This record gives sequence, C-alpha cells and structure tokens, in this order.
Amino acid sequence: MSEKQNKNVTVRVQKIKKNHIKQKLAFFLILAIGLVVLAVFSEHLCPYDPYAQDLASALQPPSLQHPMGTDTYGRDMLSRVISGARASIFSTFILVAVISVLGTAVGVCCGYFGGAADAVMMRISDVCLAFPGLVFAMAIAAILGGGIQNAVIALAVVSWPKYSRIARGQTLALKEEPYIHAAILAGDSSGQIMLRHILPNMLGPVLVTAMLDIGTMMMELAGLSFLGLGAQIPMAEWGSMMSSGRSMIQTYPWVVLSPGIAIFISVAIFNLLGDTVRDYLDPKNSRS
Amino acid sequence: MSILLEAEHLTKIFTQRGKNPFKAVNDVSFTLKKGETLGIVGESGSGKSTIAKLLTRLTDITEGTLKFEGKDITRLKQSQLKEVYGDIQMVFQNPVGSFDPRRTLGDGIGESLRNRGMKKADVEKRVAELLEQCGLEKEYAKRYPHEVSGGQCQRAAIARALAVEPKVLICDEATSALDVTIQKQIMELLKDLKEKKGLSFIFICHNLALVQMFCDRVLVLYEGKVVESGIPDDIINEPKEEYTRRLVDAVLS
Repeated sequence: MSEKQNKNVTVRVQKIKKNHIKQKLAFFLILAIGLVVLAVFSEHLCPYDPYAQDLASALQPPSLQHPMGTDTYGRDMLSRVISGARASIFSTFILVAVISVLGTAVGVCCGYFGGAADAVMMRISDVCLAFPGLVFAMAIAAILGGGIQNAVIALAVVSWPKYSRIARGQTLALKEEPYIHAAILAGDSSGQIMLRHILPNMLGPVLVTAMLDIGTMMMELAGLSFLGLGAQIPMAEWGSMMSSGRSMIQTYPWVVLSPGIAIFISVAIFNLLGDTVRDYLDPKNSRS
Repeated sequence: MSILLEAEHLTKIFTQRGKNPFKAVNDVSFTLKKGETLGIVGESGSGKSTIAKLLTRLTDITEGTLKFEGKDITRLKQSQLKEVYGDIQMVFQNPVGSFDPRRTLGDGIGESLRNRGMKKADVEKRVAELLEQCGLEKEYAKRYPHEVSGGQCQRAAIARALAVEPKVLICDEATSALDVTIQKQIMELLKDLKEKKGLSFIFICHNLALVQMFCDRVLVLYEGKVVESGIPDDIINEPKEEYTRRLVDAVLS
C-alpha cells in the first residue's frame, strides 16, 4: 500500500517537474524568438540611423533622447546595439547550422563505415580539439583577413569536430541495435540506413549541443570582432563596438556597457534555452 | 529434398587489440534442407547468436564457406546481399528493439517491400495482409513499437520477416524475451507457418523443450563448437556428450 502511494507521489513529482520544464522552455523560447525578431526587423526598430554621425552630440550619457547614450561620433548607441543584433545573431545561426550539419554528416559516415577515412578524420578532429578553439580560430582568421564572413569560416573550421565526435559515438552505438540489423535485412542501402534510421535517432544530443553552442559561438564571434579579426569598423557589431569603446570604459562607460550587456543577455538567453531543451529531451524527465 | 543452406567449417574469430583472439564460432558445419527445421541449442555465450549473424552475413565470416542454394555467399558485399535477403530472413531476440523507435510497425514491415520497388498503396495492402496472417489487426501498422506489448511486437517482427516471402527463417531466441503464455502463442504461429508455407527454419534457442517440440534436427553448441547433433528425441533421451547431459539435466531439475 505504502509502496503504491510512494509511486503515486513520484509520478506526481515527475509531472510537476515536466510542466515546470515546459513553462521554462516556453519562456526562453519566447525570449529567443524576441531576439530573432529584433534582429530581423532591426532596420525598422532603430530610433536613429545607426551610422549617422552627429559630432555635436558626441559621447552623451544615456538620456530620454538617447536611452543608451551616444558614442565618439555622436551615433545613437541603442540604434547601433539593435542593428548589431543582426550581425551577431545571424552570423551565429549560420555558423552553428553549418558546423552542426557538416560535423554530424562527417561523424555519421566515420562511425558507420570506419576504416582509414574514419581514422584520418578523427585524427584531424583531435588536432582541432587539442588547441584552445579561440586561439586556433584567431590564427585562421588572421590568415584569411578581417571581415565577419572570414570570422565565421575560421570558427567553423575549429568547431565542427565536437559534432563529429558526438555523431560518431552515437552512430557506433546505434549501429549494433537490432533495428539497424533488421534494416539491413530489409535490403536498405548504407545511405538509407544512415539517413532514415541512424540520423533521426541521434538528433536529440546533436540538437542540444547546437542549442548550447549558439551562446558560445556568439561570444567567440564577438571575441574575434573585439580583436579586430571579425566585423570591421564601422559595421555595427557588438564585439567591435566594445573594442572601439574600450579606452573609454572609465570615462564614458555606456559606450562599452551597452554592447556588453547586449552580448551578456543574448548569450544567457540562448544558453538557458539550450539547457532547457536538454532537460526537456532528457528521457528521465519525459517518460512518466 | 533440395539443400537450401550449406555451412562448411564456419569460423568466427573476434580480434581486439591487446586481447587474445576469441573464437566465438569454431568449425561449424551443417546443411538445411527445404522444409526442414534445424535447432541450435547451447548456453549463453556458446556462439548461437553469432551463428545467426554469420548466416545472415551481419558480421563477416572469418573462415569457412556459406552457400545458399548452391551459390557461395560467404564474401558478398552488402549491396549484393539484397537478393539473398529476399530468401533468408530473421526474427530477433528483442522484439521491441528490432523496430526503429521513431517509425511505425507498418513502416518497418513495409520497408523491404518498398526497397523492392513496390508502390505505396500496394505496400499498405500487403502489410495489412501480413499483420492479419500473424494474428494482429491491421490497425497495428500505425502503432509505434513502444506502444505495443512484446508479444504483439514479435508478431509484427515475424510479419516483417515474411514480407519478402523468404525460404529460410532464422529465429534467434525469438521467444526468450516473452512470458510463457505468449511464448506458446508465438510457437503456434511459427508451427502454423511451417505447415502452411513449407518454410525452413533455423531455430536458435536455449530451451530444450521448445526444440524437442519444434525441430527436426538439432545441433548442440558448446564454446563455439558443435558437440553433438541429431534428432531431438534421441539427444534428449540418450545424450552422448557430457555437456549435453548437463544441458538436459538442467532443464529437468
């Protein structure tokens, strides 16, 4: 009897937990969508032209007219932060999409076929993982030259191995599942097995990694731009805005703080969203 | 009677770096005639499941030859095996695990038919037929593996194996994961198929009673080797080898 009650309690706790996660997921999803909408409509949401200089009103502190103040050239910081959202968020999305798709494809093929190609690809990814990512990306970005596309390429080159590792491990495990054997007996080709049976069954971990990566990649892109290897002046991008204002952190802090807070908030939102997605997909929470 | 499957000196050696090579299957030879049922018994780890995988070429054969209807299939590639899989099919030990968790049972059953170029509407019809033949309503085609019981799932797995109308059905512990009453139902279904369709079976099992009831001939496997073979009644009543005697005693006690 008491055992039954205990079981009921656990089920109820699980249900509450599940509902809680759902609410959290909805909350962060709305915030993330809000950020994306902000990026998409940045042109229409800017109160001023983010590139219009007005030297007469340079370096003004936050006021009703300029809620985030103005920078050295009198450009409205709020407008620049909003229009910087587009560069930061879209570059990050493209970057994460490219590395997750390519990395996963490489990993699934390596795991499924094995052999010499697998060994070569995995050693290459070992090399990439052995260096601190940002340092390696800096080197590549420096070779390629400035520009936000080059920063994205540099980060893509260093970041794909994470996905191929995950995908390879998952594939090795799934390959021995009876349903894969059954698919072979049904006459499936290797391509069919990988696309129809292996990929859909490993999407969870890859998706979670990608969600968690959005925050990291956004920060690394901003980092590269801060170092002058990403977005180039005068393009409105959070990292380069912080970089150009960094000498004024004590005298005119809003010039640095506004893009800094923007990075902080969006990285936090995407990280928390990634965490919640992971909790949501966790089988321990979803099966009750 | 014509010989369907012929295994000569089948050997499987697993090699792992830093470990001694392990002979999972050691020089196993047998033939399977049309309409015959061959049982393979042995304890866990005796190489039964490895034999099943060798016969379906799911793992590579280290040594020996495997012939199907006189044709050597020992070294065929996966793309060439597609044709062979039209004649040899398998039912797995874990019924639920043998279906893709993200696809419906009907999708799994129809997969081999679609791969052979059957049209979508025809596949649906055939899947319904197959399910009915295996004692399930056609609505089960829309269910997911976790939504049905083990016994129902195993019926669906048998339906899937029958889809291509094979000549040989390999059952690797097909009833071990099921409870006794369901086990009986599945055995009746298999018996029915044997009588009506003249299917040949390789029936891998650790349960001597089932083997005695179902098989024409039996191989006793111990540490990858065939220690005894013959008619089930003879082997059970007068085991010649020490290991077989122990296996029989274990069931009786």
